[in-house]
Amino acid sequence: MMTAWIAVAAVGAATIALKGAGPVAFAGRPLPRAFALVMPLLAPCLLAALVVGQTLGDGRALVLDARLAGVAAAAVALLLRAPLLVVLAAAAGVAAAARALGAA
Amino acid sequence: MRAVAPIAVAVVAFGASYGILARDAGMGVAAPIVMSLTTFAGSAQFAVASVLESGGAVAAAIVAAVLLNLRYLAIGASVAPSLRGGPLRRLAEGQLAVDESWAIAQRDGEVDRDRMIGAGLVLMVAWCAGTVAGVLGGSALGDPSDYGLDAMFPALFLALLVGQLDGPRARASALAGGLIALALTPLVPPGIPIVAAAAGAVVALGVRR
Repeated sequence: MMTAWIAVAAVGAATIALKGAGPVAFAGRPLPRAFALVMPLLAPCLLAALVVGQTLGDGRALVLDARLAGVAAAAVALLLRAPLLVVLAAAAGVAAAARALGAA
Repeated sequence: MRAVAPIAVAVVAFGASYGILARDAGMGVAAPIVMSLTTFAGSAQFAVASVLESGGAVAAAIVAAVLLNLRYLAIGASVAPSLRGGPLRRLAEGQLAVDESWAIAQRDGEVDRDRMIGAGLVLMVAWCAGTVAGVLGGSALGDPSDYGLDAMFPALFLALLVGQLDGPRARASALAGGLIALALTPLVPPGIPIVAAAAGAVVALGVRR
């Protein structure tokens, strides 16, 4: 129980500092030119990395499991221009079905 | 705010699965809720709960979470030009720049402050409400992976990504970021691949517009 609170305090303080560092450090002055150049391209690469990590990552391993089936279903739904809720439901439904059929 | 509603539904479900895991990990009722209010970063909170649940050291849990949240240095810097006011207000507003609110607030290479704050607040309420439901409902809600909830988040990020692919450079950045994450995942601790993937944006600068 005590360990939980230590983790909550330490991670909370660190995260608040990490999220707040940029906004506070760059108050009232422009970002370094190099960073400003890269910034518009940051969202695509970070989002792609999140997709890869959360679809295939399991700690330090890459695994093929029911999540991949779910994300593939989401990709199909996106190609069909389905609304976001349908995309998410397709991902969860197909992953759950794959798992029920025995996929890890 | 129409854009954020479906995301909020997913975040409630994700918050509930965090609450269930945290309760199973022996974190009690109050600590996970306080963590959702203060840390407000899903993957890092999941990492802490999983490390504690498997009997790992608290230091290992903290290091894992901090590594996972290192990407917020870059995200924070990218929202900085859009924020106003004194340091405290900027610090507070910066807390609302989470992956999803930041992604949907992207506009012409900049971050739309009002959109990010609005979405961030909605998501924070959703995340905390989900956490409360999870810690109180506990195992009565079942195993979240039985419902495929773990596939919902990569699907959400994929949908957000598709909305960003508006040109050869953006596509190159996504491709490079994904490949970097794929290559590094087996080699380095979780969290580092996402930070390293930011190099994909630099690589993409070499692509003709």
